[in-house]
Amino acid sequence: MGTRFHPKGRALDHEALAEVEATLGAAPLRRDLLIEHLHALQDRFGHLAARHLRALAERLRVGQAEVFEVASFYHHFDVVKEGEAAPPPLTIRVCDSLSCALAGGEALAADLEGRVDPGEARVQRVPCVGRCAGAPVAVVGWKPVERATAEAALAAARAGEVRCPVPPPALAAYRAAGGYALLARVRSGALPIESVIATLSDAGLRGLGGAGFPAGRKWASVGSFPGPRYLTVNADEGEPGTFKDRWWLERDPHRMLEGMLIAAHAVEAERCFVYLRDEYPGLLAALRREVEALVAAGLVALGFVEVRRGAGAYICGEESAMLESIEGKRGLPRQRPPYIAEAGLFGRPTLNHNVETLIWVRDIVEKGPAWFASQGVNGAKGLRSWSVSGRVKNAGVIVAPAGITAHDLIARAGGMADGHRLKAFLPGGASGGILPARLADLPLDFGTLAAHGAFVGSHAVIVLSDADDVAAAARNLMRFFAHESCGQCTPCRSGTEKALALMAAPRWDAPLLEELATVMADASICGLGQAAPNPMLSVLRWFPQEAGR
Amino acid sequence: MNAPLATVTFSLDGRDVTALPGETIFDAARREGVTLPHLCHRPEPGYRPDGNCRACMVEIDGERVLAPSCTRKPTPGMAVRTASPRAQTARRLVMELLVADQPPRAEAHDAEAPLWRFAEAMGVTESRFPRRAPPPPDLSHPAMAVSLDACIACGLCVRACREVQVNDVIGMGFRGAHHAPVFDLDDPMGASTCVACGECVQACPTGALMPKSLVDAAQAGARAADAVVRSVCPFCGVGCQVDFEVRDGRIAWVEGAPGPANENRLCVKGRFGFDYVASPERLTVPLMRREGAPKTLGVDPANPWTHFRRATWDEALDVAAGGLSRVAAAQGGRAVAGFGSAKCSNEEAYLFQKLIRTAFGHNNVDHCTRLCHASSVAALMEGIGSGAVTAPFNDALAADAIIVIGANPTENHPVAATYFKQAAKRGAKLIVIDPRGTALKRFATHMLQFKSGSDVALIDAMMHVIVTEGLVDRSFVAARTEGYAALEAHLGGCSPETMSPICGVAPEAIRAAARDFARAERGMIFWGMGVSQHTHGTDNARCLISLAMLTGNVGRPGTGLHPLRGQNNVQGASDAGLIPMVLPDYARVGDEAQRRRFEALWGAPLDPEPGLTVTEITDAIARGAIRGMYVMGENPAMSDPDLAHARGALAKLDCLVVQDIFLTETAMLADVILPATAWPEKTGTVTNTNRQIQMGRPAVKPPGEAREDWRITVEIAKRLGLAWTYAHPREVFAEMARAMPSLAHIAWERVEREGAVTYPADAPDRPGRAIVFDDRFPTADGRARLVPALYRPSAETPDADYPFVLTTGRQLEHWHTGAMTRRAPVLDALEPEATASLHPFALRRLGLAAGDLATVTTRRGAITLRVRADEACGETMVFVPFAYVEAAANLLTNPALDPDGKIPEFKVAAARVERAGDRRR
Repeated sequence: MGTRFHPKGRALDHEALAEVEATLGAAPLRRDLLIEHLHALQDRFGHLAARHLRALAERLRVGQAEVFEVASFYHHFDVVKEGEAAPPPLTIRVCDSLSCALAGGEALAADLEGRVDPGEARVQRVPCVGRCAGAPVAVVGWKPVERATAEAALAAARAGEVRCPVPPPALAAYRAAGGYALLARVRSGALPIESVIATLSDAGLRGLGGAGFPAGRKWASVGSFPGPRYLTVNADEGEPGTFKDRWWLERDPHRMLEGMLIAAHAVEAERCFVYLRDEYPGLLAALRREVEALVAAGLVALGFVEVRRGAGAYICGEESAMLESIEGKRGLPRQRPPYIAEAGLFGRPTLNHNVETLIWVRDIVEKGPAWFASQGVNGAKGLRSWSVSGRVKNAGVIVAPAGITAHDLIARAGGMADGHRLKAFLPGGASGGILPARLADLPLDFGTLAAHGAFVGSHAVIVLSDADDVAAAARNLMRFFAHESCGQCTPCRSGTEKALALMAAPRWDAPLLEELATVMADASICGLGQAAPNPMLSVLRWFPQEAGR
Repeated sequence: MNAPLATVTFSLDGRDVTALPGETIFDAARREGVTLPHLCHRPEPGYRPDGNCRACMVEIDGERVLAPSCTRKPTPGMAVRTASPRAQTARRLVMELLVADQPPRAEAHDAEAPLWRFAEAMGVTESRFPRRAPPPPDLSHPAMAVSLDACIACGLCVRACREVQVNDVIGMGFRGAHHAPVFDLDDPMGASTCVACGECVQACPTGALMPKSLVDAAQAGARAADAVVRSVCPFCGVGCQVDFEVRDGRIAWVEGAPGPANENRLCVKGRFGFDYVASPERLTVPLMRREGAPKTLGVDPANPWTHFRRATWDEALDVAAGGLSRVAAAQGGRAVAGFGSAKCSNEEAYLFQKLIRTAFGHNNVDHCTRLCHASSVAALMEGIGSGAVTAPFNDALAADAIIVIGANPTENHPVAATYFKQAAKRGAKLIVIDPRGTALKRFATHMLQFKSGSDVALIDAMMHVIVTEGLVDRSFVAARTEGYAALEAHLGGCSPETMSPICGVAPEAIRAAARDFARAERGMIFWGMGVSQHTHGTDNARCLISLAMLTGNVGRPGTGLHPLRGQNNVQGASDAGLIPMVLPDYARVGDEAQRRRFEALWGAPLDPEPGLTVTEITDAIARGAIRGMYVMGENPAMSDPDLAHARGALAKLDCLVVQDIFLTETAMLADVILPATAWPEKTGTVTNTNRQIQMGRPAVKPPGEAREDWRITVEIAKRLGLAWTYAHPREVFAEMARAMPSLAHIAWERVEREGAVTYPADAPDRPGRAIVFDDRFPTADGRARLVPALYRPSAETPDADYPFVLTTGRQLEHWHTGAMTRRAPVLDALEPEATASLHPFALRRLGLAAGDLATVTTRRGAITLRVRADEACGETMVFVPFAYVEAAANLLTNPALDPDGKIPEFKVAAARVERAGDRRR
């Protein structure tokens, strides 16, 4: 291999080191901030150059591989090795998840690809960007263009409109309307935390990220483990078809933050981390600003709440993967036990909540558990924020009772889009399976759809019509899962890839796919792999003819 | 949140079993005779189960999904089913998914890989799933082939690299189906920071990572051996146990074995450096110098016939013994000296010193310990009455603070370094003190990059802080030491502010490191040649001893003094008496009672005068006082300081007998050359830096007529008139055990049976004592002596003519003078050429670019070699490894000696560096 005139491996480039130091500024050189540091470099240089990664590893005192594995795990980072071309200055991301695909996302992407100057911009097909009501969506730089056409996207690019709109300041109005009074009562002890927990339990508040775990029980459980403890907020809304958390945070961020601070008080959390998906840059700026406002208002101590930025990885919506990501690592879900209530962030007991779960805390305590519980229908309790998209007239977030039927939800969304007849619907985003139209009268709640191979999950309802190919939809979803599988465990990493290949056949090998599905569900580490076969199984169960059976 | 330390009774396939504390379902099941398939799990020390491959899934009653047995711990009453249809289906389908992407077994990189064996056991021979497009192999590394088509992304290589060896080269890059190991930033392995420890290759369950020597051009192969021989690595003092995997009479590859020092770990030399044994340059027949052939170094080791002729063993032995006898007869016994070797076995070292002492009646016998830790041993003997380590290096894992000073263990004791790095990653405070920013710097809590040769100033300043800030362990000092008052008085003048200008470390940095070490509940101190190879090497070690004593850091787990021994058997050779001042077990030759004991045992009178040391012998030859030498396995023509002088002396000898495995530079000057066996060809014990006596066993046959060293020494002895009858090393060991109290309760059979025994041992059936001196030191009064040391500059310091500090040492791939490693093709490929390392800023100042030819000159000589840009060096430092004959660093080094240890100052010489051809005068 010849004589080396440097130590083994890539030599440190002092110029690159200086650039990294200038870019990072005063940011602490903590390992858990690796993803934030990578963002800083990607934002500044438009990519992650190998020489910068080498220098960053030097500064963080970690191996280059540790930096690379994180940089290459997240889709919003572009690693550029020596001699490779950097990506063009602008990236146009076209959503290729189901709702946008139904609305012509693929044609949009192809159209754009044919029309951009490759020296100026590139077109990427990306998973759900959380704006399904505006399908198809193109994101020009950071600027979302809803109901996009190539013309509109290119016009934005030409005009340099590449920033994401930032929602306006919200603290003053929220406080004027009585906000944070409840927090004060809780903090002062006027309202004992035990009573808040009892109230949440009586109200039947459940985790609305998808798992539906009773919130009150979670608070009690985390609090039972010795501190220090942490609180995390999962704002990594990535389930295709889901956009309710964005909707809430854009409209009422402090309702979530107050819920979070009450929960933090309940478990005596040392710190709170809000993990926000990178597809919501407007919200990132807004949340950081609102947290600063809270500090300025003396409502929280400096550094008590940290807003962390995801980097393009659906799997980080899985709570333990999210914790890994907050620790600056790849988003690999952890084995359980131990559960995060016992050993979570940095190995400490951690209370993790979805945005919407926290949204309801204030209303429930202020209006009482009976009020909330009575909002449900068909035996379910409470209100839910349904993300409705697909072949309906008025897609969007619909706050409606738990236990509502798909028929009722479609009606609340203005009915089916003109010329479309209900054929099937996804009750819970990509993971929750596909149900035929004849099951549209089932109440939608946690557990009610299990017998039909489906679940309500994040309450993202995607409506398919007679114009749609359900098998193609299932392939779209399997492609999504294969793309988003972290790759850690065999059943998911290999299973999604093999399933996708097998689903390309005109006639699906049903026995093999069913056996594979069983093992994926039984043996995958996390919910991604366990649920990934659901849409495929739904096709075999409800629409076998579309699978050539 | 650790599991309670209690046993757990649970149901395994319907019967109640008990898991030991901490055991997983996998562990308990295996103990009960149920071995579940496992790929990502390696049930060996240091490997954390990860549970990702899902080949070991079991069903647990009442749980929604299956559980990986390797990570899951049983709870009381849990009902586990390993053989339920659901669990079996999952395990089989997982295997089928993995097999889908493998190359067919007939073309496998490792047809004997665990993946194939488990698949076969489960009846999975082919897959119903389509195969993905295979990625191309990465063959960029000389030692290892990377074929990721066989990779199952289990991450064992990552744990091997990052958690076991802590080299941090491998990561799992990308995501999903692209999830795969990467080196650094997804670089070719051969261009990465990989140090080729090969732990990943050893761990890989599929053959995706293979020793290159085991695969053919199509990357097909198998780890199949005809025989496996458990032995010890022949390179450094760590003493890693190895398994020589033998195929067709040759060592096909090497695996790390579960020795106490290495727990299956190896470094590049141990794993990939074994093929020197099969070098075509091995000496296979006795050689005699041709009449009139000049004694010069210019002999081609592959073609010795220009200067030597073949001889029979009888002729060569007769001539060798006769030559030495004639010198003794003519000039007296003192005119013959011997260099034994720390590369040979304990038994061989013992016989060699016995031969010189009894056949020639004096003590002029030494070996490379003189060039290595002689000063450390001098200080330790003076201070605590024992020259060996007080605790094994593995105890670093129990320490709260660790000082590594004047040592570069990632290169020179790589497996020991893995424990230091692990300790640092677990939170121990690592204090690295070295003029070079070594690889340990990245793990260091404190990196004190001080000026070469200012050790005493720096350590005194640290002790000043400890004394003045009330951090002294008063009760330890009072109970276990003497001389504190004098030391305290001396340290009064050694404040960090005073010492900082001398050592070049900021006072606050000195204070912070001193405080962290003193405040640690348990602290260990490790040092290497950077401490010992100075004219003040003994003073350096005295300071370290005092530092340990002031902080009470000897005699408990996680505490201790540990000079990292260099050669594989330098501890054992020293213990065996291969030292001019002492008999076996450090019995002073001047101590009449001791001498009498040995005279009785050996049946020969012994000289009460200490003999000459290595460099003193060289000087005596130059003076004409010594005319004959017997050199067994040493290469002073490369390892001595001021080589021009040393080589000139060796060439002057009337009779030089060299016994070695290669035509070394020393052998080139010999009159008679006796071909010896390499380590993997012989039986014998060696003692590592941890005081662990380990058994070496022959794996391959010696080439040609080569013979074991001990056999040759016995033949020479017989011809010198000694009535020796040893027929096996065990007989020699038995005699040693009679002579050496340290070997009490340690019989040859015990070492053979246990593989490794630590001395001292209290009983034949009790483990030896790893940590010594828990209540007293082996000194007259049981106390340690605190000996103050005053800073003295090095013998030569930089000046206007010679503005650089030249420091010499080893590098990872090459052992000592390179005789073995430069003949190991993989190691030679990795480091084929001598380079002088300088800081890039120094190079810029000199107008040199990395790779340019430069001449390094000292008052003793000059060498020309290419330069390497290395930020580890200070800006006025040049580092040259001494393994390269074509640019022999020791032509430059200063022979000035430490007054106590008689060790030369290899670490500091004033030097000039300039572009080759630009000599100013």
